[in-house]
Amino acid sequence: MQINVYLYILVMAFATWLMRVAASLVMKKPVKNRFFQSFLYYVPYVTLAVMTFPAIVEATQSPLAGAAALIVCIAAAWFGQGLFTVAVLGCVTVLILEFFL
Amino acid sequence: MLNESGSNRRIFMEGYRNGIPIGLGYFAVAFSLGIAARDYGFSALQGFFASLITYASAGQYMGFALYATNTTLAELMILMFIINARYILMGFALNQRMPEGTPLRTRLLVGSCITDEIFGITIARPGVPTPYYTFGALIAAVPMWAVGTALGISMGNILPARIVSALSVALFGMFIAVIIPPARKDKAVLGAVAVSFALSYASVHMPGISALSQGNRTILLTVIISAVFAALFPRKTEDSEGGAVDAD
Repeated sequence: MQINVYLYILVMAFATWLMRVAASLVMKKPVKNRFFQSFLYYVPYVTLAVMTFPAIVEATQSPLAGAAALIVCIAAAWFGQGLFTVAVLGCVTVLILEFFL
Repeated sequence: MLNESGSNRRIFMEGYRNGIPIGLGYFAVAFSLGIAARDYGFSALQGFFASLITYASAGQYMGFALYATNTTLAELMILMFIINARYILMGFALNQRMPEGTPLRTRLLVGSCITDEIFGITIARPGVPTPYYTFGALIAAVPMWAVGTALGISMGNILPARIVSALSVALFGMFIAVIIPPARKDKAVLGAVAVSFALSYASVHMPGISALSQGNRTILLTVIISAVFAALFPRKTEDSEGGAVDAD
């Protein structure tokens, strides 16, 4: 028997939300432990880096265009461009390259 | 704390502005998610509702796919825990920057806004994470996620593939804009990013690990790489003002 689709969606959302607030429910103050502090310092950069590559190369129709966008975005961010500019430069790179590839 | 509401409003608008490019990226990704959701039997209204309250890309994709296989609610719950477990780590990183005495509701509100991208811009913003900022970003971005899903379901392939392809890079561009400036300032972060790229690439092709879902590969690599760097290049211990993550 098929579960009610709206109940299904509610459970999906609730389970996701629990993961979001799990740390909020247990943490009362910043952790003093030096290893854990250092660990949490690296977590955001490592997570985002892992999610970016190689996914960016697989997201585009042509892997070459994705790779070029990766390089353009890194260069733009390295030289101080903001969030929006970097994102737009990446899109434009893919748009132009896939026109030729 | 004088003038707090004015400043909160300003922070909310700052979050809202930064949420707009995220929303544009979401729109493209949601559109392709919608195309998949239609195949699994979801209507545009159901997809809209699911995206509005779940706002989790990989999690929703899996949730939609499971629905077609007559899974039980208990199984659904456990699998959603696993695929979204990286949000636990993100929640810890955000809460680490909130001083002792931060009300539980503030912590819950900030946590409730976690998506990969909103986490990224919140952690990149100096100072203590505030719900005004995260909600500003959430309110800008999530409606576009929901509308994109509904349009993907109802309109299928109306958007040219070339446009979808270009837009899909937007999210990664934002990730890069978050990780590169601190990597330029801190050699250890630069090393961590380089190692992450390399191992992430390797893990896609490594037998065993490549069989894991992308979400679980992300958790595994994040825990291992962050732990190794924390052991090799520990930070100076800092107090509760959240300075440990401030790269600026």
